[in-house]
Amino acid sequence: MIRVTDLSKRFGPKTVLDGVSFSLAKGESLVVIGSSGSGKSVLLKCLLGLERAEHGEVQIAGLRNPQPRAVAAQVGMLFQGAALFDSLPVWQNVAFRPMRGTGRMPRQQARDLAVDTLARVGLGPEVADLFPAELSGGMQKRVGLARAIVGDPPVLFFDEPTAGLDPIMSAVINALIRRIVTETGATALTITHDMRTLRDVADRVAMLHQGRFHWQGSAAEALTTEDTVMRQFTLGQVEGPIPTLR
Amino acid sequence: MTPAAALGAIGRATASGFGALGRFVAFGAQALGWALRPPLYWRETLTQLVLIGWLSLPVIGLTALFTGAALALQIHAGSSRFSAEFAVPSITAIGMVRELGPVLGGLMVAARVASSIAAEIATMKVSEQIDALRTLAVEPMQYLTVPRLLAATLAMPVLVAVGDAVGILGGWAVGVTRLGFESSAYLRNTLDFLEFWDVASGLVKAAVFGFLIALAGCHAGISAGRGAMGVGAATKSAVVLASVLILAANYLLTEAFFSA
Repeated sequence: MIRVTDLSKRFGPKTVLDGVSFSLAKGESLVVIGSSGSGKSVLLKCLLGLERAEHGEVQIAGLRNPQPRAVAAQVGMLFQGAALFDSLPVWQNVAFRPMRGTGRMPRQQARDLAVDTLARVGLGPEVADLFPAELSGGMQKRVGLARAIVGDPPVLFFDEPTAGLDPIMSAVINALIRRIVTETGATALTITHDMRTLRDVADRVAMLHQGRFHWQGSAAEALTTEDTVMRQFTLGQVEGPIPTLR
Repeated sequence: MTPAAALGAIGRATASGFGALGRFVAFGAQALGWALRPPLYWRETLTQLVLIGWLSLPVIGLTALFTGAALALQIHAGSSRFSAEFAVPSITAIGMVRELGPVLGGLMVAARVASSIAAEIATMKVSEQIDALRTLAVEPMQYLTVPRLLAATLAMPVLVAVGDAVGILGGWAVGVTRLGFESSAYLRNTLDFLEFWDVASGLVKAAVFGFLIALAGCHAGISAGRGAMGVGAATKSAVVLASVLILAANYLLTEAFFSA
């Protein structure tokens, strides 16, 4: 479903991605971990077509190096801060793609779809007419998740889905992601620092370090491996190969 | 600083200024290109018409009222030196509709609207809402810029027409209450000497100013840097750019419309 070959991206003199390659089968859930500034978000933006890589190839659902508009038809994306549109009520945020993006769904039908999708992420219809600023961080994440899954796209991307949430709400969001990915059979790519997300969401884990996938394996292996980079990251150790001043 | 270093600094600043101008012109051309492609987000355009047009009416009205009143006083003070007080109504009206209505209205709307557009779009950029639009198959230029350009270009002539009327009313109020004019004579003098092109030229200027205001706001917002500082800088540069563009465009349009 997703194949990335030798992807490289530089910002000025800094090489952020240095030949990243991986593939992801249909229905598989990959969690990418890595230290701050390691290029995880840049990788996601390259996959979405929001950043142009200097070298390499991205294939998503059969599309080679697609433009953002072509990717949008195949991919649902949950942003780190949810990135909800402040000026629109919740239901219009959720139904944004069918109303204004790939389709022109009638207003009432779009609202019904939004309310149904909100229910899938545990939110009642009373939330539909609220504005994003009236929601807690956890509710905003749920709405962002609803916007990502509306129309059941075959590929889902999650950028730091639990960032800024308390442990209980993090567990709720992780469980929702796992359930949705399993139910819809979507191929999922999640970027995170959160070890709980890694345990709850991943079929496979990849560690992005020095611009490449330094390590790949299962979630269980990720937590027990003797690899020094992985151990420093998963155990949160100050000493190790990952520099702390960056 | 050595003369060579000073020259180098001037050269770099000049090149940077031309670079910024080039990017702004390219942004404008790109926006016009997107304006010609479907879909038009008419609901967003109507919302912007309300935000830019309707909600700017009070500031335009007050600006025009006081400007028209002050203008009548100044023209009376000047014209009385050579016993030409009878010209107060017509010169006040011509001054308002040709110059002060569009220019002051434009500057007030620039302060109110360009800043607001820039801050809103810059905040959207900082909070990844612009990226979110792209991932939802919506082109930000088409969804954010085109409705604002269209709304500002349509709203400004209406705002300036209202401002012209209110400004003339301000002049009339001062003329009647302070300068000893008879009410109907003041109005007749205004209407008799005002020509169609006096009003129309001001409205054409207003449409151009509206376009420039929205373009400056959108460009500053979309080019904003990171964080709160980026939003602040975008807001400031939008107002400065819009104001300078209005004054420059006003001169060029006046040359084009009225030079012999």
